[in-house]
Amino acid sequence: MTNSIRDITEESRSIFIIGSNTTEQHPVIGIKVRRARRRRGARLIVADPRRIDIANYADLHLRHKPGSDIALLNGLMHVIVREGLQDQKFIDGRTEGFDELRTVIGKYDPKVAGRITGVAPGDIEKAAVMLAENRPGTLLYAMGITQHTSGVPNVMSCANLQLLLGNLGVPGGGVNPLRGQNNVQGACDMGGLPVFFPGYQKVTDPKAREKFEKAWGVPLPDQAGLTLVEMVKAAGQGKIKGLFIVGENPMTSDPDLNHVRQALEKCEFLVVQEIFLSETARMADVVFPAASFAEKDGTFTNTERRVQRIRRAVSSPGEAKPDSWIMAELAKRMMALGVATCDAAAPYHSWDYVQPPQVLIEINSLTPSYAGIEWARLEGGQSLQWPVPNRDHPGTPILHTEKFTRGKGRFVAVDHTPPAELPDEQYPLILTTGRVIYHWHGGEMTHRARNLQAMCPEALVEVHPKDAARAGIGDGKPIKVASRRGEITAKAQVTDRVEPGLIFANFHFAESAANFLTNPALDPEAKIPEFKVCAVRIEKG
Amino acid sequence: MDKKTTMPINLTINGKPVSAPEGSTILEAARGAGIRIPTLCHHPDLTNVGACRLCVVTVEKARGLQTACTTPAAGGMVVNTESQEARETRRFVLEMLLSDHPNECMVCETNGDCELQDLAYEYEVPWPAAGATHHKYEVDTDPNPFVAIDRNKCIVCGRCVRACDEIQNREVWNFANRGFKTRLVAGADQPMLEARCESCGQCVAYCPVGALYDKMSVGVARANKVEKVRTVCSYCGVGCSFDLNVRDDRVVRVTSTAKAPVNGMALCVKGRYGYDYVHHTDRLTKPLVRRDLLSSSTSDERRSGRSSDLVEVDWDTALNLVARKLTDIKSSHGGDAIAFFASAKCTNEENYLFNKFTRQVLGTNNIDHCARL
Repeated sequence: MTNSIRDITEESRSIFIIGSNTTEQHPVIGIKVRRARRRRGARLIVADPRRIDIANYADLHLRHKPGSDIALLNGLMHVIVREGLQDQKFIDGRTEGFDELRTVIGKYDPKVAGRITGVAPGDIEKAAVMLAENRPGTLLYAMGITQHTSGVPNVMSCANLQLLLGNLGVPGGGVNPLRGQNNVQGACDMGGLPVFFPGYQKVTDPKAREKFEKAWGVPLPDQAGLTLVEMVKAAGQGKIKGLFIVGENPMTSDPDLNHVRQALEKCEFLVVQEIFLSETARMADVVFPAASFAEKDGTFTNTERRVQRIRRAVSSPGEAKPDSWIMAELAKRMMALGVATCDAAAPYHSWDYVQPPQVLIEINSLTPSYAGIEWARLEGGQSLQWPVPNRDHPGTPILHTEKFTRGKGRFVAVDHTPPAELPDEQYPLILTTGRVIYHWHGGEMTHRARNLQAMCPEALVEVHPKDAARAGIGDGKPIKVASRRGEITAKAQVTDRVEPGLIFANFHFAESAANFLTNPALDPEAKIPEFKVCAVRIEKG
Repeated sequence: MDKKTTMPINLTINGKPVSAPEGSTILEAARGAGIRIPTLCHHPDLTNVGACRLCVVTVEKARGLQTACTTPAAGGMVVNTESQEARETRRFVLEMLLSDHPNECMVCETNGDCELQDLAYEYEVPWPAAGATHHKYEVDTDPNPFVAIDRNKCIVCGRCVRACDEIQNREVWNFANRGFKTRLVAGADQPMLEARCESCGQCVAYCPVGALYDKMSVGVARANKVEKVRTVCSYCGVGCSFDLNVRDDRVVRVTSTAKAPVNGMALCVKGRYGYDYVHHTDRLTKPLVRRDLLSSSTSDERRSGRSSDLVEVDWDTALNLVARKLTDIKSSHGGDAIAFFASAKCTNEENYLFNKFTRQVLGTNNIDHCARL
């Protein structure tokens, strides 16, 4: 997030949610949105194909078709510019590329945008004016924007809207992705990405490489690595021979699960480090038992870049160990076997860690945005939002207040492109996927939380009454859903939360995971799979 | 509060000069100066309703007692929070509350963490003699698996009603009837879940007594038996912090804290009630290795479909095996033949080590995690 969560409650005069089922997936942000709407009168616009909970609180619900986000956003911007409601001062002073944007959005008058998105042109007009008249406004998005073959252009389009309205660098504004996992922000920040060292220092940048080579005492590879979906593919082709998976269950969370299974079977050596014997761990050659969050010390970074302490509260069961212990033990043994030769003079070549604070010192010294996030400050009760360039720095609740990282904010005009797979005669419906409030991702934790499981014991597929009637499927009755890649059987929930032609399924339940159906087509740049749109057919289960 | 406030208000409380920001209530002015006024229906996160009358104070030149939580502080005001009249009134209110309260502190979930109990103790209110009319509600009749309700203990302060309305913004709770018959109900006297309850437990967190309590913790998590450990939730990326309540090395409850920088007292159903997976019997407790890898662990022969069982081994065996195998793959095929899935569930420190392990030890940039999934 460019801004802070408190901005939503306190500052934003409008809240635009697109591609985020906020009250179910980020419930505590969801209640802050509801509070801002109900108690402070902030305007709320929700763009989502489904009538999700937060849509019931909205001033306007724009039910655009899955995969038509850019057309919708361009339509909104078209109206804003046509009516002269853009923040021209901000555009002139802090941005570039406006003329190019103006040309592209010129094509998306509300009629054209309405045709592509299925949203009434009048609602596009209303929404555009509401956003323009209620500034500063925040834009919240999640995987509904990113999990498309047009994921990157979708995000750029969100940024365009906020630049156009001058909603960046100010309290209450911002382009605010709501991150899914508790520490997905931190995993990205700490170099858990194929192109970045910690702090988004590029592995292809010779200066950054030199810095880490000096710190760790080894020469480092200069080519970007593979992304997750590419790794699975390479394992299937026999190019990846060893796969080490920590705390993840690609056997439910990746697209096209039949393919994932084949790839993991083919992989010569699979190590899984987990707290439960997940579907993926069952396929492993070696399984390391790990500690849960309640059994270790360290830090997590939330969606607003806030770094907070987590604390060990209980012992781990049996011989389960913290991941840091496992990595250090393994690294030491491999070094002893001569896997790499380290310069013993390098300050951080060694793996002789005693406790997490020692690792944080290493992070402080190698990661400029975390330089001032010191253990003692966190212990003293502070929680700090990066960048924190030094120990006296108070943290950065709002990014881009003076200038953008690259100097001027750049409008990147983008056109609508259809999803990779659209309905046809054989597969006439669109499937979109997501999660429900009571479960979490592959369900490894929530299926084992007794009462969460009791609240939602099985997979439900949302189907509109018209589609259900056509296929002869009753509410609560079994439904079979098939795509070009696989099929699942689940229970039908006949509801007008979805529109005719659209069904929704979650991926919480291994046996009927929506990801047997989903399309592994990727956004060419971010390599994110198109979980939000694929073509399916339904019949009685 | 209005940000344009410039002029502080100067008043006198218990003979002490007190300065408070414009717009403060007497209660806020007093607490700001470290002067305690007892309350039950007041909570700093919620609007004030002046329902319980515990916060009554004497204000010079005002007729009768004033409720400190709803009376604005004014310049020159002279307040006495401990006047005999105020103290006697509080004592009377407490007696009235206890006259219709079950004498069950011995077996109450909130014993030791109960605002009514604390005030009865402080004001030395004796248990009323038998004979008063008592409510006789059936206890814990709602099927919600997380939140239990005992209306016999409800003091009708309305904190749950306001928490649901103002914090959760869900309006599940309300009061039915009036006077002695006033009764806390969900929706139109429905089961909570049918009244749109999201099972966030905010109502439990704000209840000052034992009327609403956590079903999963019954019998094990009284305040004086647990140690509270402040940490951050393991589910989504909002970063809510809370206290794990630990007893005998087990998490027995999660309680929220006003000091949480992101969420304050608010949590969601997963954060507050989704902790029991930590102690599930399915937890992995020993390293596991395929049996055939133990017999021919240096062999490069490809096994078909991992047909042998996973068997428990000690850490040394498992670590040595993986170390050797990964080292072999790197030396025969290069580091790029290995890939690492880091985890968005692990700490920053651990993820830093995954990155270091992949790049320094394995010598590849093939590291990613579920950020895109």
